[in-house]
Amino acid sequence: MSAMPAITYNFAYLDEQTKRMIRRAILKAIAVPGYQVPFAAREMPMPYGWGTGGVQVTAAVLGRDDVLKVIDQGADDTTNAVAIRGFFEKTARVATTTSTREATVIQTRHRVPETPLREDQILVYQVPIPEPLRFLEPRETETRQLHALAEYGLMHVKLYEDIARHGHIATTYAYPVEVAGRYVMDPSPIPKFDNPKMDDCPALQLFGAGREKRIYAIPPHTKVRSLDFEDHPFRVQRFAKPCALCAATGVYLDEVILDDKGGRMFVCSDTDYCNTRQEEGHRGEMSGASPSRQPFPPRGEGAEGGALHLSPPGRDRSEAAGEGASGGEVRP
Amino acid sequence: MSAQRAETVPAKGFDDPVFDGQATFRAAMWALARPGRVEAVSAALEPPAPLSREAAALVLALCDYETPLWLDARLAGVPAVAAFLRFHTGAAIVEDPREARFALVTDPREMPDFRVFAQGAPDYPDASATLIVQVEAFGDGLTLEGPGIEGRAAFGAAPLPADFVPRMAANRALFPLGVDLLLAGAGGVAGLPRSVTVKEG
Repeated sequence: MSAMPAITYNFAYLDEQTKRMIRRAILKAIAVPGYQVPFAAREMPMPYGWGTGGVQVTAAVLGRDDVLKVIDQGADDTTNAVAIRGFFEKTARVATTTSTREATVIQTRHRVPETPLREDQILVYQVPIPEPLRFLEPRETETRQLHALAEYGLMHVKLYEDIARHGHIATTYAYPVEVAGRYVMDPSPIPKFDNPKMDDCPALQLFGAGREKRIYAIPPHTKVRSLDFEDHPFRVQRFAKPCALCAATGVYLDEVILDDKGGRMFVCSDTDYCNTRQEEGHRGEMSGASPSRQPFPPRGEGAEGGALHLSPPGRDRSEAAGEGASGGEVRP
Repeated sequence: MSAQRAETVPAKGFDDPVFDGQATFRAAMWALARPGRVEAVSAALEPPAPLSREAAALVLALCDYETPLWLDARLAGVPAVAAFLRFHTGAAIVEDPREARFALVTDPREMPDFRVFAQGAPDYPDASATLIVQVEAFGDGLTLEGPGIEGRAAFGAAPLPADFVPRMAANRALFPLGVDLLLAGAGGVAGLPRSVTVKEG
């Protein structure tokens, strides 16, 4: 008699009927770009707010031959990314990577990778609040009407009030976009720096909101326009200095506090991009002075022990200042 | 009826329901995401005629007890087809096309008007039918534009109804309402979502 089989999961955790339900929602989301398709989100073995929507979308699209990358605010080595990567290593046994180029499916929390995406890649966003009008109109019945009528005046009023109060549009993340000339969509809390990457992107972009039970999509090569005004055109953040480790410019930087005497550095938010550049020999002004970079922790630890691994020294990410409003930002 | 029931031991479904279903879905997903590009459907199925292997794979991958399914007159005339689909998906076969989430069309020349199917509602445009249309070949003769297409793309399939271009124009004019088409045949699937603009030439 053979030994009792170890406890196994269906491929990618979800049962087949759930996957079909999510897959049908994904197909409708692709057919109506930017429209939020309701779906029967399941309880996942992680709390709401940790990417349950993204995880369900990833589980529904994932195949045996996929190579999965998971990033959290651009980093492959933070808790959320490590845990989700481990979850799929355990339940789907798919190959994982930290390299944007090697990945076929990239699940992301709040960043678009700096490396340009390809047409064979799928980018899955974790979305906390999918409704861009929610803070302007709390009633779902009303926001649904507003989308049905393409009545987005409220959103323009909100952006206008920013200008009246601050002299410029002060929204720095989750900056609303118009998709394919019809639906206004929340791009998830990515910095507005990443908005231009969504426009005409060769990859398929899928968005999953687990608690709010919505899926939406941007097909490849689709027009994505950040809302703005003729006299206050959309502009992305600019940074005063290049990355302190790899000297990259034109990328999104995180502020890292070094000591309690005001010491700080600005480094690439996208760890894979930064590491690749350093391996290629690029050096920033603090690459010698900074604590040595730790290799990535072994994969799959999030699913195995359950112990939380704090970021290695020197890699602590400041998430304060309203996510995406980096201290190094220079206003135009 | 009892004689028919006895002879309809349904043909086999997917060899591997998990991975065949996933691969077929991925083909349909990329087909709708990149309208006009034909994605390979490789699942080994032997559905009862006149249902094709590719169309059967799409139904098995996407339908279940939540998705009422409508069959065109040619398929509805073959009880073995309904038995096969019911057995493998659990989907209810409906006679009223308005109730269907999915519709199977094997005789595209005689395809009913798109308006007989669910179009979705302004506040729920996703509540619309997906038409799985069985074709024999893909080719060119049409030009596609819209989300998912870089510039424009050449596309064609046969057979299609004679008034296909005006039909698709009327469907596009309803956007964000309207039906979505998955054309299945010749080893692949191509998608024509409601967002696509179809022109001659």
